[in-house]
Amino acid sequence: MGIGLPHYLTVAAILFTLGTLGIFLNRKNVIVILMSVELILLAVNINFVAFSAFLGNITGQIFALFVLTVAAAEAAIGLAILVVFYRNRGSIAVEDINTMKG
Amino acid sequence: MSLAALFFYLFAAVAVASAFMVIASRNPVHSVLFLILTFVNAAGLFILIGAEFLAMLLVVVYVGAVAVLFLFVVMMLDVDFVELRQGFLQYLPVGALVGLVFLAELVLVFGSWTFGEGVTGAVLPAAAGVSNTVQIGRVLYTDYVYFFQAAGLVLLVAMIGAIVLTLRHKTNVKRQSIPVQNARTKAAAIDVVKVPSGKGL
Repeated sequence: MGIGLPHYLTVAAILFTLGTLGIFLNRKNVIVILMSVELILLAVNINFVAFSAFLGNITGQIFALFVLTVAAAEAAIGLAILVVFYRNRGSIAVEDINTMKG
Repeated sequence: MSLAALFFYLFAAVAVASAFMVIASRNPVHSVLFLILTFVNAAGLFILIGAEFLAMLLVVVYVGAVAVLFLFVVMMLDVDFVELRQGFLQYLPVGALVGLVFLAELVLVFGSWTFGEGVTGAVLPAAAGVSNTVQIGRVLYTDYVYFFQAAGLVLLVAMIGAIVLTLRHKTNVKRQSIPVQNARTKAAAIDVVKVPSGKGL
């Protein structure tokens, strides 16, 4: 029984769903929400690489590289904002981030 | 079952299980460690599918940089994480509902999905007999060189942004100020006092 494209897509779908579920469940912990976003981007990357491999087209892997770049930048900026917020408010609960009422 | 299939199921199962533990574990440090495990197993999946360069990149960038960044922040912030877990089960019904609906939609889409007529993906066909890294390099620095530069710009902006956000000047610390040093003159710095002989100051 060979491993085909649907197997990889299934794994990516499960990881994506776990990421969205993590955002819903950890409504108070910003760090776990950031980790859930990383999981979602990983699922996207798995989709890109799987399609790239099974279509014999290298472009998907190039795009996965750019997604990886954006994910790293997003993690750095998000954690910097988190550190500044913790300095100012002494808390990282999402419910406290309502000063702007946006 | 072939060895490749066996390893696929191993990597996939561990990746999914550790991804579940990322969102379910009580301690954020454990969450970060499970995130590292997820990324290592995803790198294994990438190697199985033939994308060695991205697999190594995933290990270097995520396990080496991003996960350590998360770990530093989790350990640096003195947060009562037990308190943050309060109300975890409060959102479980709606979260589970959204997750199930989403997973069902994805399964339906992928179950009935096929490639369109004539889709071969031969826009940039993978050259035979050339390693994955060489293939990526040949394309990345020619056809996608502007995107590559844009990615570098994104990283630069992220670096400067993170520095600007977290840099703070302490008020009661003496610092060297080059302009002030250069602006000092002899008249401002030296005071000649005429001391009468036989007396102290």
